[in-house]
Amino acid sequence: MLALGLLALTAILLVGLTLLRRRSPASLRLIEAYQRLNRSVGLAVENGTRLHISLGRGNFISARGGSALAGLAMLRRLAERTSLSDRPPIVTSGDASLAILSQDTLQSGYRAAGAEDQYRFTTGRLAGLTPFSYAAGTLSTIHDENVSANIVIGDLGTESGLLAEAADREDTSLIAASDDLSAQSVFFASAQEPLIGEELFAAGAYVGAGASHEASLHVEDILRWLIILAILLGSLLKIVGAPI
Amino acid sequence: MRVVTAAFAIAAGAIVLLGYFFPDQLGSLRLLLLDWAVIIAGMAVLVGIYNLAAVQMEKIRAGQKGGVYGILLVISLLITFGLGLILGPENEYMQLAMNAIVVPVEASLMAILAVTLIYASIRLLRRRVDVMSVVFLVVAVLFLILIMPTPFGPILGDRVTQAAIDFLGMFSGGGARGLLIGIALGTLLTGLRVLFGVDRPYGGN
Repeated sequence: MLALGLLALTAILLVGLTLLRRRSPASLRLIEAYQRLNRSVGLAVENGTRLHISLGRGNFISARGGSALAGLAMLRRLAERTSLSDRPPIVTSGDASLAILSQDTLQSGYRAAGAEDQYRFTTGRLAGLTPFSYAAGTLSTIHDENVSANIVIGDLGTESGLLAEAADREDTSLIAASDDLSAQSVFFASAQEPLIGEELFAAGAYVGAGASHEASLHVEDILRWLIILAILLGSLLKIVGAPI
Repeated sequence: MRVVTAAFAIAAGAIVLLGYFFPDQLGSLRLLLLDWAVIIAGMAVLVGIYNLAAVQMEKIRAGQKGGVYGILLVISLLITFGLGLILGPENEYMQLAMNAIVVPVEASLMAILAVTLIYASIRLLRRRVDVMSVVFLVVAVLFLILIMPTPFGPILGDRVTQAAIDFLGMFSGGGARGLLIGIALGTLLTGLRVLFGVDRPYGGN
């Protein structure tokens, strides 16, 4: 019942704050990695290089699908912004369903920008189906496709270290976030500006994906405070010996 | 058509979600939809492999760098797929292909990864000098020293080592839980956006 109540509260807050944000856009705190991302998008379009977006191995049947959906929301916006570039962005994934959805999302972005004829289905790629085959398949894209920035957002494990190393060797930007704790520690050690924890889910808001993405950040903040209060209250009750 | 797609996606998502809360009323329908999803995901693998082969063929046709590896990949794929269909995945030759090629190659990549991570850690302070980077490195080195196997047992003795691991684990466990709560909240909000049809990763936008 508590879970259903939390879900209902979240849904109400999301709808309410989205309507509010449509009237007055939010001012978001500065996240260096997303600033770099927006700069990299502009640079890639200007100097005729590619963006490489890697969405990880998030499977939609498992709980790891959330990070993949966040990556797709960001991809939709980036596809729209880079559709008129000489070299369209390349998207790699480690899950077949995610690869198909990335193609669909790319096509939607191109269509929205009025450049659907520029879309090629080979720009949304399945790189491999196991963690290391995905990494191996993605390495060739980083090395051989004239990439100027790598945006790695999704469900990845420690194999992400290989991607970070390849990006570093090619002297390209790396904006990286994962929902996996081991990948986060790898990115903390190897990326210029790592994104930690739920910053992954802020990608949409920072690339201008709309009011609902901004509202999501506010709802996350509200829920986080509620959870903090619940933890403190629980600790207090435990200390005084109340039955919980 | 886009509206119909969105309506189907939203309805399916809502039924699966509500099925967790009302198992008696919607449980069987939820399981049926999940079964369909598994079957579709299985078919998606075939489409994905076609995409993988098509990308490699394009590389070969365009004479791109790495085209030779593309030829190797497509030939290996066709042979393995064909033999897998004829002999079945349990056949000893199919098992041999897995154990003699795939497993050693992935193990080699893992070995490279270990070296890569050590190298990245060494260069961390050159890339970013701040308090968190120093704390990250100090804790990582301390932890490695604590769990390092030696002929004489733990370097600092059993009790001190266990106490140090417990102490460090208290912070890392707390931090990990905090990160996971944040990720869970992000996942919840992302799911709701898809459920409300605001984000449509299935091409409906």
